[in-house]
Amino acid sequence: MTEFFGKRWHDMGGNPAGPITPEEHDFALWEKRVDALMVLTSAAGLMTTDSLRRVLEDMGADAYETMTYYERWIASIAQNMVEAGAVTTEELGSKIAEVRARGVTYGAAS
Amino acid sequence: MPHDHYDHEHDHSHEGLSPSGHPYRADNDTDLSYWQAMEIALRELLIEKGHLTAAQLHAQINAMDSRSPANGARVVARAWVDPEFKAALLADAGAASRVMGFDIGPMHLIALENTKEVHNVVVCTLCSCYPRNLLGLPPDWYKSRAYRSRTVIEPRKVLSEFGLELPEHMQVRVHDSTADMRYIVLPAQPEASLGLTEEELAAWVTRDSMIGVGLPQAPQ
Amino acid sequence: MKVRIKSHWPPGHIRTPAYLRGKIGQIERRIGLFNNPEETAYRQTGPQRELVRVRFRMADIWGARAERGEDVIEAEIYAHWLEPV
Repeated sequence: MTEFFGKRWHDMGGNPAGPITPEEHDFALWEKRVDALMVLTSAAGLMTTDSLRRVLEDMGADAYETMTYYERWIASIAQNMVEAGAVTTEELGSKIAEVRARGVTYGAAS
Repeated sequence: MPHDHYDHEHDHSHEGLSPSGHPYRADNDTDLSYWQAMEIALRELLIEKGHLTAAQLHAQINAMDSRSPANGARVVARAWVDPEFKAALLADAGAASRVMGFDIGPMHLIALENTKEVHNVVVCTLCSCYPRNLLGLPPDWYKSRAYRSRTVIEPRKVLSEFGLELPEHMQVRVHDSTADMRYIVLPAQPEASLGLTEEELAAWVTRDSMIGVGLPQAPQ
Repeated sequence: MKVRIKSHWPPGHIRTPAYLRGKIGQIERRIGLFNNPEETAYRQTGPQRELVRVRFRMADIWGARAERGEDVIEAEIYAHWLEPV
């Protein structure tokens, strides 16, 4: 392990890495909704691309490896909405519990 | 570091992961993950509290769905047949795209011209910046650790993995989208396509040729 | 015009990639004034900053590790990260 000198995990340019695998997937409805939430809350002045990225970066390298792209995005957007005062953690906690009680699939709960 | 799953005992998102420790591919019929529940909850709260409306969400999803590489292909084809448009595109690609009727929002766009001497390729080493308001959402590989890490240090090797071997005399220009600009490569028009109509030419322009990891191709 | 990217290592949200810090390049074009992400990331508002595209030779970034020294990288750098050479 080299000593940390200030280069953060997301700052990847020039790092050694494996072959490019030409992965793609069609975006699921819930992923499109996350994307739309980012665009609309930004347009409403509640967050910015920069504040989205700041939280993503602070989530750390482990989140990059273990969560999908839009999972990381919704985590960041939710934190940004709490910071902006648009929602409270209390409201989010209650609502998430309510949503999970509705059904076991995304379709059933949304 | 990749797939280092030693700490899942303490990972509060483990309900969203498969037995192998990887996330399920999210979809309507899979088990509701913690993060999907958060999306539903946050969306409903923001609507209930008047920060946005269901109609806005619907419209935004439709707007993104309508954006695809076909939009960029039309811009490129126009530049191939219309020298005045090409000059305008190279001067201000955002303005030129808007003139063609594309709603690209507030995006600042720069077009990068490929020639016999220069090949351009676009990457975002810090994140996943992409001209999404013209071309739609980026492919997964564009956001991958491998593409983000390697393109700035060994672009020729990266391009060869996409099947693109560049002659030694050509200069490669790698564009790292670090800030407010977004980039579209204006590929060189293949000689075999000379004389075709603008509409026919658009079918030659691939998404990858506008990122710079491919070249235009005759439609299948 | 030649510029050097500052070799500064503050914490936080930064748009100057590590691999370019301390490196010398040429100004390719000046783009205009933009909000400073280092402030907006934290919900702060300060003066807008000039954004500049800088072109670097691969040889000047990677030295002998470069695939081909005369290939180039171009990146947008906020003016407060530039210093004269």
